[in-house]
Order: sequence, then structure tokens, then C-alpha cells
Amino acid sequence: MSMFKVVKSLMVMCALVNLPAHAGVYGLGKPISEHAVAAWNIDINPAGDGLPSGSGSVAQGQPIYAAKCASCHGAKGEGKPADVLVGGIGSLKNDKPLKTVGSFWPYAAPIYDFIYRAMPYNEPQSLSATEVYAVTAYLLFLNGIVPAETTLDAKSLPLVQMPNRNGFVSDVRPDVVNMPCLKCY
Amino acid sequence: MKQKTKLINPLQEIPTTSRRQFLLCSAALGGAALTAAAPARAGTENLSIPAWSKRSGDPVLWHPYGQPSAQQSHVVRRTLPGAPVPGAGASWTPLQNLHGNITPNGLVFERHHAGIPNIDAALHRLVIHGLVKQPLLLTMDDLLRFPAVSRIHFLECSGNTSREWRAPVSNSVQFSHGLLSNCEWTGVRLSTVLDEAGVLPAAQWLLAEGADAAGVSRSIPLAKAFEDALLVYAQNGEMLRPEQGYPLRLLLPGWEGNMSIKWLRRLKVADKPFFARNETSKYTDLLPDGTSRIFSFGMDAKSVITYPSPDHKLRDKGFYEISGLAWTGQGRIKRVDVSTDGGKSWREARLDGVVLDRALTRFRIDWQWDGGPATLQSRAIDETGYVQPTLQQLIAKRGLNSAYHNNAIQSWAVAADGSIKNVHV
Ligand code: HEC
Repeated sequence: MSMFKVVKSLMVMCALVNLPAHAGVYGLGKPISEHAVAAWNIDINPAGDGLPSGSGSVAQGQPIYAAKCASCHGAKGEGKPADVLVGGIGSLKNDKPLKTVGSFWPYAAPIYDFIYRAMPYNEPQSLSATEVYAVTAYLLFLNGIVPAETTLDAKSLPLVQMPNRNGFVSDVRPDVVNMPCLKCY
Repeated sequence: MKQKTKLINPLQEIPTTSRRQFLLCSAALGGAALTAAAPARAGTENLSIPAWSKRSGDPVLWHPYGQPSAQQSHVVRRTLPGAPVPGAGASWTPLQNLHGNITPNGLVFERHHAGIPNIDAALHRLVIHGLVKQPLLLTMDDLLRFPAVSRIHFLECSGNTSREWRAPVSNSVQFSHGLLSNCEWTGVRLSTVLDEAGVLPAAQWLLAEGADAAGVSRSIPLAKAFEDALLVYAQNGEMLRPEQGYPLRLLLPGWEGNMSIKWLRRLKVADKPFFARNETSKYTDLLPDGTSRIFSFGMDAKSVITYPSPDHKLRDKGFYEISGLAWTGQGRIKRVDVSTDGGKSWREARLDGVVLDRALTRFRIDWQWDGGPATLQSRAIDETGYVQPTLQQLIAKRGLNSAYHNNAIQSWAVAADGSIKNVHV
């Protein structure tokens, strides 16, 4: 162990020992550092905060998708038994709209969030960063949103413009107003 | 008036003999008919002594936890085909068989996104981090030491009644309205625990995340977290059931069920929402112009008649007490009106017991069935003055593809033979 490392670990130990009792009224629970939370800190917002380093390409994504996703989402993302992942762009006003990653999701970075946290369904949180970037790139490619030669990383993924980016509006309920009927009795 | 009340109270009026006879008949029919009409007063019946009165019964602890009578085995949650995988589905509460306001724990509806995790409570942790002065790690022991509160609240999936937009498809109130339950929840106020970590001034939102394989996550406005959100560990007096989030879940009174994250493992305080999958791809309401409402959190006033409903058959004309449930995410139910003529005329129902804030409220109203066709409806009005709308009104505003938040007036058509059907009027 280098001198530097020894000093550093001593400093960490001291820091732990010297942690002030936390601010709370009840003093219950233990302080924890953001560093110690890292393995659970998996959320990724539209700006891409939380995206890991690494990158993955459409070409890398194709075999991963075929091996780990196609059995539930179809060879080309057409669904069955699970969600349709591809298509439907421009269909949201139709009588039978098709909501998919391509047609409906407003932001690209949260695709990474969901695939890492929950997919493949029977093995969540098992994919490496390369694999998640790659399979995300492949899904965006299948949806015609990025070209075949695309590689995605923490910088480029949040910049991908999703077709339904401006498709969400605020909740204006109550949208139906009735007078409490007094003469009905 | 007194005279009238007497006439329409058959269960008190019928002599014990024929009442017992009736119960026996019902039991033979599988128990489902227990709540159906009493037979017209019959002539005297000679009593015999039933077998159960002639020998001693099962000992104490016949079942250490206790269980319903074997004759009630039809009162169970049910599911529908169509889940892509068994863990990503729902089960519905049998509202047609329930009495009063509280949902027994074994009958509380389920909606999971990747099955029910088998969590060791001793190893379970809740972490609070992000925009806080001091990130905190809490064990269940820690959480159980905080000052606790118990509150009765309904929980409704915003997908409840989502199959009914285009046509009346459910042949049971279990499937039309059964993504709905009402429990007494015990736990710590979320504000208490957030204060323990110390929320920083820039904070506006909270990400809540489950420890299940789907890691279900939702963004919650911090104002709601401080207003009335609970970190719940017990339900109707006992620790949470595994399918309800054991050992810890969030409960956001009056808001769509999906946000009351089960198996809660993490709370991250942030300045912006996260646009997670379950608040963009799902749980948003698509409108005819192709836009979708997002962050549509609250559950609007709604009601449904649970008796009589399609699972029941009226056996004879005469007295029935129509009864059902009303609830609102906006506070208390103020009034429930009932119509037996498809909404042409309405009468005010009795609200049974204490009307609680954002809890199921049982309503009841007397009805003399004349033996002819009738269309039963209920309409809830909450303390904000909001009136439960018709389906046509909702469709006029939202079209047919918004899926969630269908709180329309429900109609049950009674036919002359006493059978009851789900209809749109
Ligand atoms: C065993 C079946 C299965 C496998 C394998 C699987 N998925 Fe899924 N997937 C599901 C189910 C089920 C859902 C819906 C989950 C829910 O109800 O929340 C889903 C949902 C999704 C969604 C959300 C769709 C939407 O629009 O909301 C995406 C994206 C997705 N999966 C991507 C993937 C990827 C990428 C892989 C491979 C790495 C994969 N899935 C492998 C079953 C599977």
C-alpha cells in the first residue's frame, strides 16, 4: 500500500469517526455517504444525470437484443408477449394509437434508466453499461430515430430528440364540471 | 314512516325458523346467494336439530392465523388473462362479496410489474439521499421506532375501470372496479423521516423506488411528501403482506396507486422530476389530439353499486337494500345519489358510519323492486362540490384512449328475471 493510499484511508476513517450526529430530531438511522449509495443510485433523468461512462453502438446492440430481449418483445420489437417497442410514430391521434418507445417516450436518457433497472425482465440490473447503451441504440435505430452507425454514450444519449418530446401536457382536471343537482329528488 | 321501515326490513321480520332455512338453502348454493332476496314469508317450518349442534366443534387454534369459513371459498381475488408474464399483472378485489368499508388483507388488489419479492425485513434498508443535509440509511428497526400514525385510506389503481371505455365488458364489479381497496395503514409520516435527513431548499421532487425486480420508480412532488405521505409498515393491524410491499411501502393518500411504491428502498430528493417509465410511457392519459396528460396524480370522486351487481341475481320482487362504495382523492364524500331508472331520477343515499378523508364510504338506500327492468346507478359528490361524471362527459373531453382515471357513473341493468348486467346508457 502506497503512503498516499494509507493517508487517504486514514483520512476516510477519521471522517467516519468524526461524523457529527445527524441533524434530525430523533437521531434514528445512520448517516451514509453518496459514495456508499452508488450501487442503488441508478436513476437517470432526461438530462442524463446519472448515466455511467462507457458507450454502445447499434451494431453491438443487435445481437444483445436478439439474445436477451427478442423472446418477449419480438425479433423486431413488434411485441408479444410483452410490450411493443417499435413503431407507431405518428399514430397517437388515431383511433387505435400505438404507444412504443419510439412513438411515445418523451426523452431518450430514461430509456437507459428503465432497461438497466428492469430488463431483461428475468435478469434486471445484469447488463453492463456497454450493453445498455448498445441495446438502447438498437431500439432507437429500429424506431428510425438514429442511423445505423450510431454509438451512444453519456453525452450523446440525452441529446437524441424523441418524436413525442412535446407530446405531454399538464393535468387540467377537473375537466368535467357538473352542478350538484338539487332538483333531482 | 315507522310502519314503512318495518315493512322493508325483512331480515328482522322473518321468523327465525324460515331465516335459518334460508341460510341453509343458501349454503347449498355455494354461499353466493347469502345476500340475495329472502324468500317470501313461507308457512311454518318444523325445526330439526342440525348436526353441528349435537357434537363439540373444532378446538381452539383450529388454524393459528384463522381463515374464512370454507363456505366462503369463492371470495377471492381473481385475475384476467393477458398479463405478458405472470409477475407483471393484476388481481382484482371481490367487491361484490364485501361488506362495510375495510378490505381484508387477503383480498386487497394487486398490481405488480415484476412479481412479489421475497424480502428479509432484517436486511431491508431505506436510503434517503440527494438534496438532503445528511443522507440516511434506515433499517426497519429504525423506522418502527419513529412516532407512528394509523390512517384509513383507499388505494385505487388509476387503471381501475380502464377496460370499460368503449363497451361494458366486465361481467362483475370485481373486474370493473376491483383495483380498489381500503385499509388502515400504520407507519411513520414521511415528513418526519425527511426532516431527519434535512431537505435542502432547492428540493422540489422526490424519487421513490421499490426493491422489486422492476425497481418501480415514480417522481413525487415534495409538497405531497410533506403534506400527508406515509411510510407504511402495517396494514389492518398486521405487518404488510408481501404483495402489498412487505416490509415497507409508501402511501400517498388519494393519489393513483402506482405512486404508493411498494417494497420501498430508496428516496432521492431532487429539484426536477425524473420522467421515469411509469410516469411517461404508462400512467399518462392520451387525448384525442395526440397529446397526453402527465403527472395526473389525483383520483377523482367515484362510486359504484356493489350490491346488487352482476354477480348477484334477484330472486323475487320486494325489498332490497342497494349498497355500494364511494370515494374521492379530494377529501371526503359529501353525498351519494342513487338512480334506479338509468339516471332520470335520483334519491340521496345514506352514508353509513363516519365519513373519512380519502377513504371508502359505504352508501345504502332502500329499494322496492317491482319485478320489472331497472337500471341502477350511483353518483358521488365530494366536499369540493365535484360531481362524478357520466362516461359520455369523460369521452367528450378525453376521447377513448386515455385509459386511466375512468371515474364514470356505472350502470347495472336489472332484467325481469332478476339477472344483472353491466351496461352503458
Ligand atoms: C421475459 C420477458 C422479457 C424479456 C426477456 C425482456 N423484457 Fe422488456 N418487458 C417485459 C415486460 C413484462 C414488460 C412490462 C413490465 C411492466 O409491466 O412494467 C417489459 C417492458 C419493457 C420496456 C418498456 C416498454 C414501454 O414502452 O413502456 C422496454 C423498453 C423493454 N421492456 C426493453 C427490454 C429490453 C431492451 C430487453 C432485453 C435487454 C427486454 N426488455 C427483455 C418482458 C421482457
